[in-house]
Formats: sequence, C-alpha cells, structure tokens
Amino acid sequence: MNAQDAQDAPDAQDAHLTREELQRYSRHLLLPEFGEEGQRRLRGSSVLIVGAGGLGSPLALYLAAAGVGHIGLVDFDLVDASNLQRQVLYGTSDVGSRKLEAGSRRLRDLNPHVRITTHDTRLTSGNALEIFRGYDVVADGTDNFATRYLVNDACVLLGIPNAYGSIFRFDGQASVFAAPGGPCYRCVFPEPPPPGQVPSCAEGGVLGVLPGMVGVLQATEVIKLVTGIGEPLVGRLLLVDALTASFRTVLLRRDPSCPACGTRSLTELADYEQFCGTGERQPATGSREITPSELAVRIGRGEDLDVVDVRERHEWDIARIPGARLIPLGELPRRLEELDRSREIVVHCKSGARSARAVALLEESGFERVVNLAGGIARWSQEVDSTMPRY
Amino acid sequence: MPLIIHLPAVLARLAGGNRQLTVEGRTVGEAVGQVSAAYPGLSERLRDGQGRPYPYVTIYLNDRDIRLAGGFDTPVSDGDELIVVPAVAGG
Repeated sequence: MNAQDAQDAPDAQDAHLTREELQRYSRHLLLPEFGEEGQRRLRGSSVLIVGAGGLGSPLALYLAAAGVGHIGLVDFDLVDASNLQRQVLYGTSDVGSRKLEAGSRRLRDLNPHVRITTHDTRLTSGNALEIFRGYDVVADGTDNFATRYLVNDACVLLGIPNAYGSIFRFDGQASVFAAPGGPCYRCVFPEPPPPGQVPSCAEGGVLGVLPGMVGVLQATEVIKLVTGIGEPLVGRLLLVDALTASFRTVLLRRDPSCPACGTRSLTELADYEQFCGTGERQPATGSREITPSELAVRIGRGEDLDVVDVRERHEWDIARIPGARLIPLGELPRRLEELDRSREIVVHCKSGARSARAVALLEESGFERVVNLAGGIARWSQEVDSTMPRY
Repeated sequence: MPLIIHLPAVLARLAGGNRQLTVEGRTVGEAVGQVSAAYPGLSERLRDGQGRPYPYVTIYLNDRDIRLAGGFDTPVSDGDELIVVPAVAGG
C-alpha cells in the first residue's frame, strides 16, 4: 500500500469550509438540498473505488472534483493504449505507467484537497477486508465476476454500501447493494455464468462512452449516500441501454435465502476464482495448450497443422495469424464437417477464452487432436510478431 | 395472451436483431418457450437444458423479479412486459 496524503486537507467533517473550498464548491453550496452541510459531509467521507478502469475513471474524477475528502483506489494494472478510448483518467503520455500513479497524479491536479490512498494490488479474499475497512462507501468498477462477488461479500460482511456498476457492449447496470435493509449482488445474481459464456469487454468490446454514463451514475449514488440527499438506488436496478437511449428501473428485493445478506451463512470470504470456475483452468480430457512461440516454431518446421481462428470476422480483418482460417465460434457447431479429424487442430481467438470453449466443443464432438493457443492472437503479437496490429 | 419480451442488445443478436418480441403465453415459462422455439440460439441463454431459469439471467415481469413470484410458472396477463437482464461484469 502506498498512501499519499495531499497537504492541508481539512478532514474534520464539522470544520467550516475554507475560503478556497467555498469558492471551489460554490455550485454545490448554491443547491439548497446540498449546502455547506452536504459539502462538509463529502469532505469528511472516505470512498474506495475498486478498479481504476472504464468505470473507475469517471468515478474517481467526479468524486475528486465533488470534494470527497478521501478516495482510495484499487488496481494493479498498467495503462495500455487500448484503455484510452474510455478510461478518461489517463492520457497518452501515461501509457505504460502504473494506473494508480498516473491516476492519483491526475486527481491531485484536479483537486489537491482530496487525500488519495492507492492500493496497488490485486484484490483478493486475503486482503479485501483489510483494504475495505474504514471506508464509508465502496464503488465497484471491477471487470470480472470473481472480483464482483468478492466486493459484494466483503461489503456485506463489513456493512459498507456498494455503489455497483457494470457494463458490456451497449448495456449497463447500476444499483446500490449491501445498504442497510437492501439486497446485495447475490440476491440478483445468485451464481455467475459459466466461464466463457459472457465475454469480457476485452473480448466482446464496449462502447467507450458507456462506462462514462454508468460510472457517473455510480458517482451520483456515492454522493447521495454520503450526503444523505435524494433516494439512492437501494432495492432498484437501473438498466442503461445506450443504443436506444433508454433507462429502465426494475425492483430488487433481499432474497431471504441469500447466503450473504439473507441467511448470513457466508461468514468469511470464499475462493471466488473457484466459485466462478475461473481459477487454475482444468483442460478438458486430453486437451492441451500450445504457446505462440511453440506454434511459430512448429509452423516454421512445416508441420501439418490446421490453425482455426474462432474470432469474429471484424476481428479477423484487423489481424490474423498466417495460414489460419476463420470459423467464428458461433458457426463452429454447423461447420464441423469442414475439419479433418485426422489432422492436429490448433484453435485460437483473441486471448484464449473463446478458443477454450471451441476446444471443449470439438472434444465433445469426438475430435481428439485439438490444441488451444494460450493467450490467443494477443499473446502471438507479443511473442512472435510485434508488428501485428493489437486491439 | 400477448406480451412483450425486452432483450438487451447482447441477446437481441440471437433474436434476429429484435430488441422486443411479442409472444403469447399463460405463464412466463410459456412465453420464454415460444421465443426459444423461434430462436434456438437465444433459447440456451434464457433457460437451461431442463427448461429451468438460470441463476445468472434474471427475468422481470414488468418490474418484478419472477424468482420472487413463481419463477417460470408465474402467470402473465395481456400487455405484460418481460425484461431479460443477464449478468455482465465489464468495467
């Protein structure tokens, strides 16, 4: 943990706002529902943002601008060029930097009154409670199911409200979970989908403005929770549809059988990788993986391999492995007859998830010589051909 | 009884691009069964091999979770709306 405190940050909730703060927050102070009391509550609050990505960027920027006194950030990643389409916390010059270093620099520039604590680590069952403890609100901006269940359970165990947001392609969801009397994430989705069924944004894409829309909704909920104004999204799930510009709210209820907030049989954090089936991957019987370097050597030797790319055509048009042929995963079940069962088949996608499903499908269909390309074409572009376009 | 099923963009691709489907049925399960028959690709995203709802795809009748009513046995009325909400995790 790397705690960095801004200088002269007045963190006493009851101290009057300084002259500088009065000026900075004047548009809040003019709101009768908000006023100086609301601003002091914001200043006295601690908010943890888990994930400094598409959702975490607008969350952090708006909460810092609004004057939340203490913002914690959890992330372990570096800024990648492909982040910049939506992760507005970073600039081009930050590519390659640690996200939390670049992000906290930007936030301190935006508002030096805010104290920033960086947790430059992967959130795990072993560290989540320690990291979360002491924060008033947690905002979930993570990008995978395992961490979402972890964030939920840690919030329920500690009694910290979770300003939740989630996105995929053109659709977004927002709610407030684990608030007193309200439902939690498990009440809505008791179990995660099997791995591979719902692609990540890295595989399936996301409209760049969508995390902006949803992250700002989360920031709005954080501000309402902290200041006590309005009606937070407790017991409601807000569905955002960017394509039709429609917002719909459905009602949520606490599930009495929910192991986290209902029966409370869940008394400690679990193994979420195992729960989501995303832990140490168990290859299907007989299936193997091959690394891009190994595949390049074998192609170079002229070995007889059928390299099958199961991505979508628009991805194929961006970059392809020489000698590969395209059979999108959705078409694979009806195109099995195009494959020669006697040949060794190497299946690949962008990063290895879809191709793992393809391998399982082929093995279920009786193919015995199927190999998955570990890390997909993304890893090929790192290990074998650095001139290959990345996306 | 005709009712409307609303699909998110990600599932509409499996229903010929339709975001809304008008279907008939006396229960949620019958309505889901009808769209499943019309769009087999969508079927496996709405119900499992035994025809049961998934724990990671929540269906709301109007604005209420069918799990808290009667699941797929929940009766529907003319003009009801079903909203399909799959779990997504992107951030």
